[in-house]
Amino acid sequence: MPDTYVFIIVAMGLVTYIPRWLPLFILTKYTLPGWFKDWLTLIPASVLSALLLPALVTGGDPRHFDIMRPELWVAVPTFIFALATKSLGGTVVVGMVLFWLSGKLL
Amino acid sequence: MVRNPILPGVKAAWPICLGYIPIGLAFGVLAQKAGMTWFQIALMSSIVFAGSSQFIAVSMLAGGSAALAVIMTAFFVNLRHLLMSSSLATLLHNEHRGKLSIFAYGVTDESFAINYTRLLAGDWDLNRSLVLNHTANACWILSTVAGGFFGHLIPAHSLGIDYALIAMFICLLVFQLTSRLIVLTAVIAGMLSVVLALWIPGNSYIVLASVIAATIGLGIGRLSRTFHET
Repeated sequence: MPDTYVFIIVAMGLVTYIPRWLPLFILTKYTLPGWFKDWLTLIPASVLSALLLPALVTGGDPRHFDIMRPELWVAVPTFIFALATKSLGGTVVVGMVLFWLSGKLL
Repeated sequence: MVRNPILPGVKAAWPICLGYIPIGLAFGVLAQKAGMTWFQIALMSSIVFAGSSQFIAVSMLAGGSAALAVIMTAFFVNLRHLLMSSSLATLLHNEHRGKLSIFAYGVTDESFAINYTRLLAGDWDLNRSLVLNHTANACWILSTVAGGFFGHLIPAHSLGIDYALIAMFICLLVFQLTSRLIVLTAVIAGMLSVVLALWIPGNSYIVLASVIAATIGLGIGRLSRTFHET
């Protein structure tokens, strides 16, 4: 088991590092076309949103739509806090506390 | 023009470290519960350095998934970094490739959000970005190992630990919402992502939804010429 873990970790490291590396290695030598640069400015928000929303409104295995999740309800005040304070550490703590409270109250 | 990169880099990394502490501890606790030793935790945090995939990997391993499934899932979950590196590349034209290779290691959602914003604003450079990345990295490794050590003291699911990652993503998304077009694109991405997540098993929905939404946003931005307005 321990040997497989090391192999898995190294392999995960490789498949994680190469996508991080390739664009920086290649694209920094070229001037990119305007439409591509514009497209790239939309990517970060899209990726984060694509990561986030399913975690809030879907769940279970197999995944199904579910809005009665504390993850969703807690997200609202957490989002407002983030908008107001722009504080990463603060938002994480607030989200965790609210989620923990929701577990106690619901 | 030589500017000391260390202090500004560390200072800017501080909020990431604050965010990493609960998430890293949470990861360490979960990893420990799944049977990982502190050494394996340190190894994973050092070699992979990607929180969300580390979380997913540990839960998959605890559930008995095959090695190949874990590795492929990590690939797809982290594929978004390809897009983030591409965005960063537009601001790091002609930089030294050795430095860029080291910088690439530290491209995470959080470091991307801050480095991208700062580089765009102009008061930032690759050296400061490197310091930021590695400060955050050290914090991540230490937090996850600490979680592994103290994991046995903390009951599972306590203190809202399961929500740390979601809260982090919420804040990182907020950092990105700097124009109406971006907000619209994010909404489209989110909705599309939910539809795809329900339809397609696995993690491909993340990259698919992002790419399609960004393309739609590009079309809307170009057609309505609102690209450079806020």
